[in-house]
Amino acid sequence: MKATAAPLIPPGVKRCPTWQFALWIGLAAAVLAWGVYAIILVWWKGLNQTNMNDAYGFALWIWADLAVIALGGGAFFTGFLTYIIGKDKLKAIINFAVIIGFICYSSALLILAIDIGQPLRGWFIFWHANVHSMLTEVAFCLSVYFAVLTIEFIPLILENPKLKAKPFLHHLSHNMHEIMAVFAATGVFLSFFHQGSLGGVAGVLFGRPFAFREGIFIWPWTFFLFTWSAAACGPCFTILVTWLTEKITRKKLVKQDVIQLLAKISGWMLLTYIIAKTSDTLYWAMVTAPSKGFALMDFYSNNPLYGIWILIAEIVVCGYLPALILVSKRGRENASLLMLAVVLAVIGISINRWVMVLQVMAAPLFPFKEWVMYAPSWQEVATTILPIAYGIIIISLAYRYLPVFPHEKELNPAGGSGR
Amino acid sequence: MTQANATKYGMVIDLDKCTGCGACMVACYAENNVPFKKDESDKLDSINWIRVFKVSNRKPWPDTEICYLPMPCMHCGGIGDHGHSPCVSVCPATATDYDHGTGIVSQIYTRCFGCRYCMAACPYHARKFNWWDPVWPGDMEQYLSPNVSARMRGVVEKCSFCFHRYQLAKDRAYHEGRHQEPLGENEYQTACVEACPAGAMTFGDLNNPKHAVYNLKKSPHAFRLLERLQTNPKVYYISSREWVRRSGDNYLAHEEAGSIKRATANHH
Repeated sequence: MKATAAPLIPPGVKRCPTWQFALWIGLAAAVLAWGVYAIILVWWKGLNQTNMNDAYGFALWIWADLAVIALGGGAFFTGFLTYIIGKDKLKAIINFAVIIGFICYSSALLILAIDIGQPLRGWFIFWHANVHSMLTEVAFCLSVYFAVLTIEFIPLILENPKLKAKPFLHHLSHNMHEIMAVFAATGVFLSFFHQGSLGGVAGVLFGRPFAFREGIFIWPWTFFLFTWSAAACGPCFTILVTWLTEKITRKKLVKQDVIQLLAKISGWMLLTYIIAKTSDTLYWAMVTAPSKGFALMDFYSNNPLYGIWILIAEIVVCGYLPALILVSKRGRENASLLMLAVVLAVIGISINRWVMVLQVMAAPLFPFKEWVMYAPSWQEVATTILPIAYGIIIISLAYRYLPVFPHEKELNPAGGSGR
Repeated sequence: MTQANATKYGMVIDLDKCTGCGACMVACYAENNVPFKKDESDKLDSINWIRVFKVSNRKPWPDTEICYLPMPCMHCGGIGDHGHSPCVSVCPATATDYDHGTGIVSQIYTRCFGCRYCMAACPYHARKFNWWDPVWPGDMEQYLSPNVSARMRGVVEKCSFCFHRYQLAKDRAYHEGRHQEPLGENEYQTACVEACPAGAMTFGDLNNPKHAVYNLKKSPHAFRLLERLQTNPKVYYISSREWVRRSGDNYLAHEEAGSIKRATANHH
């Protein structure tokens, strides 16, 4: 078969007309352009374009980084379940999990590149690496894992009919598939470390009693809690984005038993995580913080935002509640409850990352100082929304041109009624 | 040289003497080429290597009392004084370092890439970020000190205990053939200490019995800021007023101000 004769869209599946697709991409590209404009402003004029200040060295962007990396955790944990534990059923969703992971991690790297005061010196983190710094560990693992995600994504790109028609690319794709388990295992190993070291970033701050945690050897408890929560909530985000994709395309793309399996595993991970998180919070509130002269309510009063509600929202409403829904068969088999649970889990992990960055900065350290509140500038907001537009574009392109969902044809005979 | 008898520069600030005049801040700006904004009303993004805080006992008149508290970088030694200060241990690019020969925490401006992790780590807010390019009005650029490099936009800076003065004093001692001997107390003094008109600030080697700070830090009224965080600062404060000492750290309602310090001393 000649390469030129091969179709661009995978055969046997239905896709929307080009004009409709172009309009959809155009809308997302407009939002993306807004973010790019903000990036240019920040790179050109400096971080004075943000509302960060000396009290808020870390702010919205670091939260966004932590949140997207946690939500992108679906890639490594689904990879772990598929290739290492041997849950073959999950092969139906691993492609999509990898794409979501790729989007999340590339977004995180982009945000980091905006967030540093001297972007051209970004490579110093590798060249002058301080092995004692959790951020060094984050930078190394994050970069290498992003490379792994790219390697995991490439064979799928090569599955495009037009590319597959070229013998070299076809064989490359085949050979990469053969050794993918090795990369998946590498990705899992790296992810356990960088998800953990992101938790360590806050947990090692012994000058910040709201963040500081004891731990084992060099690793504070937050190291383990961050990995655990990413493994629990990352797959929830994968389920959520799959559901959104199904709603937008008006098609069933992943078999329900696959979703159910992922939801069940996620539920047990979330339940065990939230029990560990509760224990950590209790020990911190009753032992660690008082040893530094702080009572629990010192961190949740005398300010306009951070009340005890945020702790209850994170642990009870967005922790125990979704965990109990997901571990119960009746709960996760009810479509509405399932979606409620995954949305709550995603909100819960985002709240956790928020408080471990923003509330740490806000809380006063001296009895004569007040809480410092912060609202991001439009440039910070635009660059934080950018990954959503970027993600929509990548997913749309992948869905249109690549065989992302192996059961799509089976679930939608004769192309189905969707787009 | 062991850790215990190594030179360890530090400061003692007598808060009963400080009038809050701000001469220390002005001297520091001039000495260290510290940049400033056209409008300095928003202190959250002002750069200052030493800042004088106004602390109140929060009692209504006539019992109101005020204390002025100058706060430079504490040059923390960290737990056990091993040099693992909150900021040094977190900097991913080794752009800040603990000098075991002087106990001074340095900042390498040309290596800092502006991640601001050190600022998140420092409980004293001693570290300031250059949110803007430094701009010197009029011909002020001609008056910058040649001994201190000006910093660029996008990097963190902080008090260095006027380290360039230490280097100049060491150079002089070397030329005079005294490089094996420790520097005399008056050979190396920081700009803020020299400028203090009230004599509230004293600087020297905390480990050298010939230096005034050696004995001053042993005052029963001496304390350090946020000692409970185990940052191990090298700046000591003295105040005869109990409420001032209590303001320097956090205490639970039932704890009395000196209790933690005494417990730590007994432990050692």
